[in-house]
Amino acid sequence: MTDIAELYQALIMDRSRKPRFAGRLEVFDAEATGDNPMCGDRIHLFLQRDGAKVLHESRGCAIMTASADLMAEAVANKSPKEIQSLHEAFEDMLKTGKPDPALGDLNALSGVSEYRSRIRCATLPWSALAEALKEEQQKNG
Amino acid sequence: MSAALKSMPFDIAKIREDFPILERQVHGKKLVFLDSAASAQKPRAVIDAMVHAMEAQYANVHRGLHYMSEKTSDAYEAVRDKVASFLNAASREEIVFTRNATEAINLVAYSYGRSALRPGDAVVISEMEHHANLVPWQILRDQHGVELRVAKITDAGELDFASLEEQFADGKVKLLAVTHMSNVLGSYTPAERLASFAHERGAKILLDGAQAVVHRRIDVQAIDADFYVFSGHKLYGPTGIGVLYAKAELLEAMPPFLAGGDMIASVSFAKSSWAKPPARFEAGTPAIIETIGLGAAIDYVQAIGFDAIAEHERFLTDHALAVLSEIEGLNILGRAQDRGGVISFTMSHAHAHDIATLLDRQGIAVRAGHHCAEPLMGRLGVSSTARASFGLYTLPEEIDALGAGLNRIKQIFGA
Repeated sequence: MTDIAELYQALIMDRSRKPRFAGRLEVFDAEATGDNPMCGDRIHLFLQRDGAKVLHESRGCAIMTASADLMAEAVANKSPKEIQSLHEAFEDMLKTGKPDPALGDLNALSGVSEYRSRIRCATLPWSALAEALKEEQQKNG
Repeated sequence: MSAALKSMPFDIAKIREDFPILERQVHGKKLVFLDSAASAQKPRAVIDAMVHAMEAQYANVHRGLHYMSEKTSDAYEAVRDKVASFLNAASREEIVFTRNATEAINLVAYSYGRSALRPGDAVVISEMEHHANLVPWQILRDQHGVELRVAKITDAGELDFASLEEQFADGKVKLLAVTHMSNVLGSYTPAERLASFAHERGAKILLDGAQAVVHRRIDVQAIDADFYVFSGHKLYGPTGIGVLYAKAELLEAMPPFLAGGDMIASVSFAKSSWAKPPARFEAGTPAIIETIGLGAAIDYVQAIGFDAIAEHERFLTDHALAVLSEIEGLNILGRAQDRGGVISFTMSHAHAHDIATLLDRQGIAVRAGHHCAEPLMGRLGVSSTARASFGLYTLPEEIDALGAGLNRIKQIFGA
């Protein structure tokens, strides 16, 4: 049963049970929702300063909730451009299963690469964030 | 062999030998397949019948004047007789082959819905319908101006007759379209009572038998069903073949659903006239091989017999309810009096997807998600559930394995 432990490692279990970045911002510049129609999972993101501060309300599985929380932590005080490159590196890591030093704690999700049907759970928060940043850009640009 | 096994109404070890896939391993573990309600595994007899049709006796049906075509037409049409007797239909002409139960409901919604129903008429469904018995009626509503009403279910997961009564009160309802067994809650609906309820109020009834037909002997005449639909693939048959049963006088009056070859009496560039039912509703080359496979599946199930199937299922369901009830933090959805081997549940600390992934790693296949019944999920106040469902080949030991797997998940996810 080592493979189960690989997927649901301590950091994922911890962040899904006790997310550090859960909740809603009273004042926010942008928000976004993401839905997985396959399972009814839903995420609601609140952004300040082009994503440099993000909180999430997640209703979903451990993988999605942990991914959202680790994402919120990883993007803190980053520029939209840096966030985009993290997003790309994260998706690459999920494809290859190879941890990337640039991703830090996000590498905890590398085990998801072996569970094809669950990759969408890990990427849902990132897709929602990308959408919110795109809208922000259009609004400001 | 355990005491439980000995009390099985049939030789389950022998049955399991009939299903080649049950020997497979998943992630290095013995496959425990508890997802038969999504699609059931296939016995050797079905596989062989389909291979035989392709190897020894194949040509297009209803067209050729040659030996192979006649032989294939005979085999194909023999399945129509088989299905008619399986459902106890009054005649073989009341059996229309479709791609699946979904297509059969669409056929009724398009053909009967647009010809027999008038704008202002109402169709009633229930809160526990599969999307297949919801979305076609929404499209009919939006395109044809009929009203779509939803009868409530009780918290136990049974149809609420008081709510049905309300929906029918103004006399506008012309069709009641409901499941015969919920694919989420496992509840049976009282088909005969529902049919007389509808008929007394001047409405027809369509029953979605996709789940029920696997577990119970269906007698469309005893039920007095106007329309009854099911799919082959849940009945241990192949995918790509489904059945619409409809009373002869209804089919006679219905226009075609799909048009093309095989469904016409005569064709000119100016005008075509329609063949009689059931050919009118079977445009184009049908799923010949799959239909022959369905015939073999019906033979297989009938040889075991529905009394034995029902007894086996009752035993498994009782056992599963007992095993699952002992898991702390596990919530079983619905507690209908009359229920079958489909059990949906949630766990307080683990999401359905996490449950399914973790069980899969132990070789146990269950379904997780909204089960194509999103509105029902809303009614039950959940976003998704895990679902275990049983078939002819399910062993009580497999349910014990599910219980052990869930207990392990509880440990991993425990508060």
